Amino acid sequence: MAQFLQQMVNGLALGSIYALIALGYTMVYGIIALINFAYGEIYMFGAFTGLFLVLTWKANLYLAIFGAMAFTTVLGLVVERVAYRPLRRSRNAGRLSALISAIGASIFLSTLMVLLHGPATTGFPTLFQNRNFVLGGASISLYQILIIGVSALLMVGLDLFVRYTKTGRAMRALSQDADAAALMGVNTDLMIAITFAIGSALAGAAGVLAGIYFNAVQPYMGLMAGLKAFAAAVLGGIGSIPGAVVGGLLIGLAEIMGVAAKLSDWKDAFAFAILILVLLVKPSGLLGRSIIKKV
Amino acid sequence: MLVIKDLQVSYGAITALHGISLEVREGEIVALIGANGAGKSTTLRTISGLVRPALRTSRITFRGETLFGHDANGKYRAALPHRLVEMGISHVPEGRRIFPAMTVRENLLMGAYSRRDRRLSEAFERVYVRFPRLKERAGQVAGTLSGGEQQMLAMGRALMSRPRLMLMDEPSMGLAPMLVEEIFSIIDEINADGTTVLLVEQNAQMALSVADRAYVLETGHIALSGAAEELARDESVRKAYLGE
Repeated sequence: MAQFLQQMVNGLALGSIYALIALGYTMVYGIIALINFAYGEIYMFGAFTGLFLVLTWKANLYLAIFGAMAFTTVLGLVVERVAYRPLRRSRNAGRLSALISAIGASIFLSTLMVLLHGPATTGFPTLFQNRNFVLGGASISLYQILIIGVSALLMVGLDLFVRYTKTGRAMRALSQDADAAALMGVNTDLMIAITFAIGSALAGAAGVLAGIYFNAVQPYMGLMAGLKAFAAAVLGGIGSIPGAVVGGLLIGLAEIMGVAAKLSDWKDAFAFAILILVLLVKPSGLLGRSIIKKV
Repeated sequence: MLVIKDLQVSYGAITALHGISLEVREGEIVALIGANGAGKSTTLRTISGLVRPALRTSRITFRGETLFGHDANGKYRAALPHRLVEMGISHVPEGRRIFPAMTVRENLLMGAYSRRDRRLSEAFERVYVRFPRLKERAGQVAGTLSGGEQQMLAMGRALMSRPRLMLMDEPSMGLAPMLVEEIFSIIDEINADGTTVLLVEQNAQMALSVADRAYVLETGHIALSGAAEELARDESVRKAYLGE
C-alpha cells in the first residue's frame, strides 16, 4: 500500500508536467483544430531559458520560471506567426499543410538548440536543497511538491481566466462556433495568438520544472515529452481543458506504475499504447464532446 | 443606410450571386425573399464579411463608409467581420448559431463583446424586457433551450451591441406557427425602437407582412423589387412564394 501511494506521488509529479504541455495542445486544437507539435520544443526552450537564467544571472527559482514563461510566450507567438498564420490565410493550404508545418517547426527548433548549445545533456544547478517529507508511508520530495504546486496554481489560474474573463469567454465562444464568434466582434487572429501564447507559457514553465526534477536538459527532451503530452490531451478528450489535466495525470501515473511493475524497458511505450487504445475505443476521449460534423 | 452595388459572390466554380444591387434605408424593414439556394444567406454573409465578394468592382457601403470595394480615394477596402459589429451591424445568423455550451447570460455577454462602455446592465435590462423568458433562463446552458428560446437568445444577443442595422437570417426556421407570429411581432417592435432590419426569409408571407420593401431573389439575380404590399399582391410572387 505504501509502495502504491509512493508511486501515486511520483506519477502525479510526472503527470503534472505532461498536463501543463497537454493544455497547450488541447486549447489550440479546441480553437483551430490544429495540433501544434512544436509545444514539445517550446517546453525544451523553456528548460534551456531557465537553465540560462540560473547559470548566467544566478536567477532564483521564481525568476527562472517567470523568465522561461516570458521567453516561451514570445517564442509561441513567433511560431504561430511564421509557421501557421500564413497557411490559415492561404486558400490552397489544407489541414495537412498545417500539420506538416507544425512538424517542421518542431524539427527546426530542436535543431536550432543543437546549434546554439550542442547536443549534450546539461544538469540543472541546485537551486535549493531537496528534502523528503514522509506522508502516510510515502515520501514526497520538495521538488515534487514544487512541481505539483506550481502546476496546480497555473491550472487554477487558467481555469479562472477561461471561465471569468472577457477574453476567456471569447476563446470559448470561438471554440464553439468560429463564425458566430466573429459576428460578435471577436478578432479570431488575436484570440489564436493569445491561445498560442498561453499554451507556450505553460509549456515553458513545465520545461523548467522538468529540468529541475530530472536534473537534465537537452535539445531533444521535447520530442518524447511533447508526444506523451499529445497522448494525454487525446486521452482526456482533445479540446477539453479539464480533460488535458486528467489525461496528463493519468499518463504520468501509468508510466510510473509501469516502471514500478518492472517494465521500465517499456517506459515510453505506455503513453502510446494508451493513445492507440483511446483512438480505437473512444476517440473523443474521457471528457471530450463527441464531434458532430457541421453540415 | 446600406447600399449594395453589383455584388458578385462565388463558392469555387459556383456563382451564388450574379451582381445584385439593393438598398436599405434608415428605419426600414427590408425583406429578401426567394427559394432555397437563391443566394439570400450569401447576401447577408457577405455584408458581415464572412464571405468575400468575387469581384473587386462589387461595392457595399454602410452609412457612407465603404465596407467592401473601392472607397472615394480609390483604395480597395474589405472590412473584417469583427469590425462590423463596432460599426453598428449585427447579424442573427441562419440556424441561430448560439454558443451551446455557454449559459444564456454568457451568450448575451458575447453579444456585447464589442462594446467598450460599462453600461451593460442597461443593455441586459432592455433585452430581458423584450424577452422575459431569457431572464428566467439566464443561468441555463443555451444548448438545452427549445428552438423558439434559442431564436430569442440569438436575437437578444444581437441586440446587446445596440445595432443600427440588424441582419436576420431565417428567424422563422423550424418554429411552430404561433412562435413565428411572436418572433415577427418582436421584429416589428425592434424596428419601431429605431433599428433598421434586413430580413431574409423563406416564409414570404410573414416577411412581406412586416416589411416596408422587399426584393425577390432568384438563383443569384434580383427578379423583382418594390413595396412589400405591392409584391404581396403581385401575381407571379403569389404563385411562386405564397403558395397560391
